[in-house]
Amino acid sequence: MRLPSGGRIDRTTPLTFTVDGVTHTGYRGDTLASAMLANNVLAGPSIHLGRPRGIVAAGVEEPNALVQVGPEPMLPATTVELTDGIEATTLSGRGRLATPNDGYFDKTYAHCDVLVVGGGRAGLAAAVEAGRSGARVFLADEQPELGGSLLSTPDTWEWLDTVVAELASFPETRVLTRATVFGYYDHNYLSIAQRRPGGGRLWHVRAGRVVLATGAHERPLVFAGNDRPGVMLAGAVRTYLNRYAVRPGRRAVVCTNNDSAYATALDLLESGAEVLVADVRDEESALAALVRSAGGEVRAGTTVTGTTGSPWVTSVSLGSETADCDLVAVSGGWNPVVHLHSQAGGTLRYDDATAAFVPDVARQAHVSVGSANGELDPVHPLWTIPAADGSWDTHFVDQQRDATVADVLRATGAGMRSAEHVKRYTTIGTAHDQGKTAGVNTLGVIAEALGAGTPGPTTYRPPYTPVPFALLAGRDRGALLDPARVTPIHAWHVARGAEFENVGQWRRPWYYPLPGETMTEAVLRECRAAREGVGVQDASTLGKIELVGPDAGEFLNRMYTNAFAKLPVGTARYGMMCTADGMVFDDGVVLRLAEDRYLATTTTGNAAAVLDHFEEWLQTEWPDLRVHCTSVTEQWATIAVVGPLSGRVVGALAADLPPKFMAFVDTTVHGVPARVARISFSGELAYEVNVAGWHGLAVWEAVMAAGEEFGITPYGTETMHVLRAEKGYPIVGQDTDGTVTPLDLGMDWIVSKRKSFVGKRSLRRPDTARPDRKQLVGLLPVDPDDLLPEGAQLVAPDTPLDPPVPMLGHVTSSYRSAALGRTFALALLRSGRDRLGQVVHAPLADRTIAAIVTEPVFYDPEGTRRDG
Amino acid sequence: MTDDLMRSPLAGVTFTAPFVRELPFLAMVNLRVGTFPHPLPGPNRVGTLDGRDVLWLGPDEWLVVGPPGDAPAIETLLHQALGDTHGSVVDVSANRTTLAVSGPHARDTLAKGCPLDLHPSVFGPGHCAQTLLARAQVVLRQVDADPTYHVLVRGSFAPYLAEWLADATREFW
Amino acid sequence: MLLIRCPWCGPRNEVEFSYGGAADVVYPPDPDALSDAEWGEYVFVRDNPRGPFAERWVHTAGCRRWFRAVRNTVTHEFREES
Repeated sequence: MRLPSGGRIDRTTPLTFTVDGVTHTGYRGDTLASAMLANNVLAGPSIHLGRPRGIVAAGVEEPNALVQVGPEPMLPATTVELTDGIEATTLSGRGRLATPNDGYFDKTYAHCDVLVVGGGRAGLAAAVEAGRSGARVFLADEQPELGGSLLSTPDTWEWLDTVVAELASFPETRVLTRATVFGYYDHNYLSIAQRRPGGGRLWHVRAGRVVLATGAHERPLVFAGNDRPGVMLAGAVRTYLNRYAVRPGRRAVVCTNNDSAYATALDLLESGAEVLVADVRDEESALAALVRSAGGEVRAGTTVTGTTGSPWVTSVSLGSETADCDLVAVSGGWNPVVHLHSQAGGTLRYDDATAAFVPDVARQAHVSVGSANGELDPVHPLWTIPAADGSWDTHFVDQQRDATVADVLRATGAGMRSAEHVKRYTTIGTAHDQGKTAGVNTLGVIAEALGAGTPGPTTYRPPYTPVPFALLAGRDRGALLDPARVTPIHAWHVARGAEFENVGQWRRPWYYPLPGETMTEAVLRECRAAREGVGVQDASTLGKIELVGPDAGEFLNRMYTNAFAKLPVGTARYGMMCTADGMVFDDGVVLRLAEDRYLATTTTGNAAAVLDHFEEWLQTEWPDLRVHCTSVTEQWATIAVVGPLSGRVVGALAADLPPKFMAFVDTTVHGVPARVARISFSGELAYEVNVAGWHGLAVWEAVMAAGEEFGITPYGTETMHVLRAEKGYPIVGQDTDGTVTPLDLGMDWIVSKRKSFVGKRSLRRPDTARPDRKQLVGLLPVDPDDLLPEGAQLVAPDTPLDPPVPMLGHVTSSYRSAALGRTFALALLRSGRDRLGQVVHAPLADRTIAAIVTEPVFYDPEGTRRDG
Repeated sequence: MTDDLMRSPLAGVTFTAPFVRELPFLAMVNLRVGTFPHPLPGPNRVGTLDGRDVLWLGPDEWLVVGPPGDAPAIETLLHQALGDTHGSVVDVSANRTTLAVSGPHARDTLAKGCPLDLHPSVFGPGHCAQTLLARAQVVLRQVDADPTYHVLVRGSFAPYLAEWLADATREFW
Repeated sequence: MLLIRCPWCGPRNEVEFSYGGAADVVYPPDPDALSDAEWGEYVFVRDNPRGPFAERWVHTAGCRRWFRAVRNTVTHEFREES
């Protein structure tokens, strides 16, 4: 019932809420749990046994009172601030995820000298002391207001107000309420989940020092029927009385093994309740006299051994006697909240006096203070209280998992010895509350059952309390999940109706379907244009690195398998790069801009990796080489104009054209500075027009206009792939996978015999020189209309398909070719070059495709078309 | 100097928060050198060279920033200063664009995506850093105590970062 | 999230760095002079100690400099190295 006065609730602001459709009222300042208690509302029945359950605790350790509020499942009612109109549904241990959770969740970084976790007595004292020094202080507390357990002790509220006011006066002290520090990671990096209206904020805090003032959680006592509604933790009863002005019962039995519960007894008496204290200790507490003088009864050496009542408790057994009651307030001692200390790598030790695990050695810059550090009343540990009939079936250790002493005994009886094994066998501690009230009691039960000392504690891992996925995701949704990198010409592609492909983070036009066109039709049309007329592709995503210095040529000689030092200024050369293991790493064209200046292009996906690779060798192995690298990937927009008519298009715009294949000129195109190169990735006559990124769109539009009379056709990555595959040009990362050497690709011609380069020595390792390595070959399906799926495994004909099936290789690229009028593919095939002319099979789920092994060049093997 | 064929990576983007804007087309020249005849700023600092700002990027790398169209003059200046000394001078003006974020909400906005400590006692006017803002690599620079920050970001990431900033400033505007 | 000290930019979050494996593995001056076994050792074989380990890191999102650092593989503690 709600007391007529007292508490920290705002009685001028009544709030209406529903639980399971029934309307109740509470006040601002209530939690859902305190308002439920005030209205005698039960929690949901237990998960497996369906037993009636009530609210046990007043904080995050609550094992029973789980509710669903809107999209948020599995909220302990003890942590839900009451607001007007809340519609809560009680849960039996399982909630439902709402998708999407449309709350507003975001993230922020923060830095401080001192992070104080917990705004109770010890935390406030630490924060004030640090704040007075002028340090940058962060104080985080999970409650809506500071105070921690002080909020349950009215005689401290004046001090609390003073301290909170002083904290507010420090300009460099920041107080976060409704903020749970749930993770403590390396190098004093902590995560805080802050509840905010309509969502929340995830704080990533790097702290100089951390003060853990996280308090303690009370342990229940383990007697028969200890889960009956009305059996509550003594400290929680005190909190409901004093903070929320809710008295959970009129006739209370307080059962304890320590002094802390006497405060609850006294507060209950003052509220007008009847109180009987059953103290398990034989020696009477010094506080017993206080209880008696306030009108209560105290019995030493007495404990509750059972309960009756349905659903609420109506009486308890005290050994042979029975006492009527409607509330049982229990205290089995307190567990310091050592979760963050343990997450930080700190060790724990068992303290006999308090029968609890307390912080031992800190590994990072943190210190535990107050009850979190074990400053607690001594207790007389009592892990199990036998029932009169000797049964253990209703002695609940983990109420949320419906796990009893009998379950623990079954585990130890089956041979489990370690707490970890018992946990997995019984599921104790694996529920939403992660065993906050169950853990130490379970360890005690195990120790008793095994007749051994107290087992060691399990390690605590983040999160301390459950964190919504929506909070962890924050704003990383939709377009903000991952950057979509776009070229300066992107808007044109979008307007033209291009379909896009992701290449790394880049969005590249994949193909440009005309109305009603399928992808296959569009790609065949684009290919035909590039082979027969003129096509144009946005190649701006290619990586570009400028290398400057007198030793640039020597450096490139060491990085690439082929030589660049003697490349004439004004010309370009295709190059291939290996890692030290001899495997193909990247490829691209290198231009010599001046005696001491080169421009290396890389594949789109590898631009950053190649620059890192260059810098690694330069900085760590050859710091004496006078050469510097600068990324210019986005300095330039690159427009590839391809096809027999490309010269007429570019010629109409460029002041000058390169004199020959693999040459370039610095000139103007459409009136802006440009570099025009004769480079071909298709086998056709082709020009690469490079202009400053900010001129990219204007020059692209000029190229489209100049090409209009020739039917210029924009094409995407798919057509580019088909054109290059027809020529047998491999794509690094598609036709290679980190296990392929230049020799495996049949590109012996690009591997210098004279100079040294990174990876060269590996090419004559016995394994890399094996003749039966997988080699790049072409495949022509016997049925010219059959398209091999990329990734299809290849086997020799007549191979039985009973696993394990001996594989010969796999298809790396496969397309329909307009130029060939048929399908074709590239593959990596064991001893591939020895199989030219043979047939291999690709067994698929529903059929088998036969294909003839060929040279990987399908189109214009003589290379006559590149000069137009 | 600019011409009407130029288009910045954020052309056409409207920033809902008035304290975010693009400063397009700034001249930027990358300098990599061992020894240089003029003093250059040390780690994480911004200096000046003949009226241009010089941002420290690394132990042998600086970014010289000038007004739009200034890149050829900067290149000439650097080449002349270098003389026969080996050094790399590369025009990277079109590689990045610049976003200015200023005013009382600037710090909290950036803190949503930048792991650096931007507290005035740690990072102030004249400081710069290469770091991350959300999922984009940026050069971050504090220009004045308002505070005004300049965020230099590669063109391909600029639309993403503009969208991120629009979202991050939503609670302030 | 480790806090890694870049010798040039100062302490930064781990996400700004890339890992480069064991430090002090020197590229052989004349790879051709090495036996297959010796070359294989250089390319493929690395220590994996429990405890202090000399590593190479590169400040990818910062100054792009490679540097050497000694990290305790158990505690992630970095030891200052000259």
